[in-house]
Amino acid sequence: MIWETVRLAIQAIFRNTMRSILTVLGIVIGVAAVIAMVTVGQGSSAQVTADVEKLGTNILMLTPGGENRGPSSGGVAKAFTLKDVDAIIDQISSVDTAAPYAQTMTTAVFGAESTSTSLVGTDNRYLDAVDWSVVLGRRFLPSEESSGKSVCILGETVRQTLFGNTSPIGETIRMNALTYEVVGLLEAKGASSFGTDQDDVIGLPMKTFQRRVMGNTDVSMIFVSVRDGLSTERAQVEIEALMRERRRISDGEDDDFNVMDMKQIASMLTGITSILTGLLSAVAAVSLLVGGIGIMNIMLVSVTERTREIGIRLAIGATANQVLMQFLVEAIVLSMIGGLVGIVLGLALAAFASNLMVIPFAPDPAIVALAFLFSAAVGVVFGYFPARRAARLDPIEALRHQ
Amino acid sequence: MPADKNTPVIEFRDVTKVYGQGEAEVHALDGVSLSITTGEFVAIMGPSGSGKSTAMNMVGCLDSPTSGDYLFNGVHVAALDQDQRALLRRNYLGFVFQGFNLLPRTSALDNVELPLIYKGLVGAERRAQALDALGKVGLKGREHHDPSELSGGQQQRVAIARALVGTPQVIVADEPTGNLDTKMSKEIMEVLRDLNKDDGITIVMVTHEEDMAGFADRIIWMVDGRVERTGTPAEILGTRGHRQ
Repeated sequence: MIWETVRLAIQAIFRNTMRSILTVLGIVIGVAAVIAMVTVGQGSSAQVTADVEKLGTNILMLTPGGENRGPSSGGVAKAFTLKDVDAIIDQISSVDTAAPYAQTMTTAVFGAESTSTSLVGTDNRYLDAVDWSVVLGRRFLPSEESSGKSVCILGETVRQTLFGNTSPIGETIRMNALTYEVVGLLEAKGASSFGTDQDDVIGLPMKTFQRRVMGNTDVSMIFVSVRDGLSTERAQVEIEALMRERRRISDGEDDDFNVMDMKQIASMLTGITSILTGLLSAVAAVSLLVGGIGIMNIMLVSVTERTREIGIRLAIGATANQVLMQFLVEAIVLSMIGGLVGIVLGLALAAFASNLMVIPFAPDPAIVALAFLFSAAVGVVFGYFPARRAARLDPIEALRHQ
Repeated sequence: MPADKNTPVIEFRDVTKVYGQGEAEVHALDGVSLSITTGEFVAIMGPSGSGKSTAMNMVGCLDSPTSGDYLFNGVHVAALDQDQRALLRRNYLGFVFQGFNLLPRTSALDNVELPLIYKGLVGAERRAQALDALGKVGLKGREHHDPSELSGGQQQRVAIARALVGTPQVIVADEPTGNLDTKMSKEIMEVLRDLNKDDGITIVMVTHEEDMAGFADRIIWMVDGRVERTGTPAEILGTRGHRQ
């Protein structure tokens, strides 16, 4: 009997194809929007996680500033120094290496070409920690690092802008009226998960950066690489203790710095993505609701239009419940068709967007199933009222209806 | 169901039907008593407003009396709830309407299968019964035509097939030839008469056409919500000549 009802519902739906299409459009758009939003959101979360993990799961990152440092806590926490980096390497046995890191924006000029780019102060240990190799020329020499010589290595994007495809090695570029000799070219890394170009960078030895660019001795970040197979959690605790001591933080006082491992960084970044995804999905869900109201509207019209048919059915022996079921099933089938079309459309949209944004296409079967069930539920909720109206018709009145 | 020739299948005992209230009160039926036995072919006639349609709806268990009793096979219909009445219509009654009342954009076969769906029949058996009914009304070969592709007479045959497919005890026909020309009307009446004579289906028909009423065994003549007289077509129509 239920199959029969479904078959009849499908018949009724296709008897008025154009109207049925317009009716389910709301559901289609709603479901497609939710599916596309969530799928793209999850894809970019997966991308962020993958990117961060590419840096290495054994990497810890130290930044100045307390965990919940509000504007009222006064001043900016003081930066680290190169001595902190050495202390971490010397005093904590589980640390493989540590590297200072500081960054600012600059304009680099070569001949008639110039580019605005990110200028980073660091050293060879950073390249080791994040596994970034030099494909042309060489890294910094120890003497260049210790004495702060005016040498630099370029990212691929900067090289393309300033030198095209020719070799930049041995050339001299200018930044803020100072000149630097190019000694190396970094391997191309491509865009990060947030779309920033990781190759749009110029690297200087840390001391060069401090003296010639910033005019201070600040190290704004420290990358720490923990020995393979050793616990990052323990290293994290040890580093915290060491830094508290070095920064003279008394017992009971909060840290004025953060030590995060990559998992924490990843979850922080994906947290932002999932909040955005959630908001957008909520907006999309509203359109599902609007779609449901559209279905109710058309079903009410349909009941009025088919009053005589309902009269016939009641006369030949349909019970009120059977008429109710007929219209209810029709609304449900209609909205489920809308749901299915919406899912296909949403996944196609997500696949297209993922391709465009260069993130993995990660459809979630649970979300797809949920969207489908939700569209069916829309049919039940918004189909019930018109169906009940149909079931309550008086057969004599209904048969007389023109 | 009892097939005893003398059992009344339809019995009205002092039935009244009142519509509206107070000043606007209308007595559509005003104390009607009548009985129809199994296998009879009865025509209900009378001027418009005489209550024949109301009586018809009552016979078809679509309406219930304001007072008095209506018994179908000895069962008090007023005591049945909506669903029980639907079951009664499904299993014992068939309907033929003036306006055919076929589902549009639905093939003749699907229209005829409709009552069987509610009877819970499926697949090949349902199809076979529907084809059989269409054969009986002479529509073999037209099974897959939509109503819009059929003539009025053919549409009414589909409607009759739909009425008889559930093997009903009674077929209720409300002005079945009202929308048809004389030739088609005669054909439809012959189909109904054959069902009555060959299959023993009781037929209750409302009509205002005396030529059609002539096919019935008995005519019930109503005026102002009352049965004025009943008798054979010759008795009723003979005395009244060809008025109208």
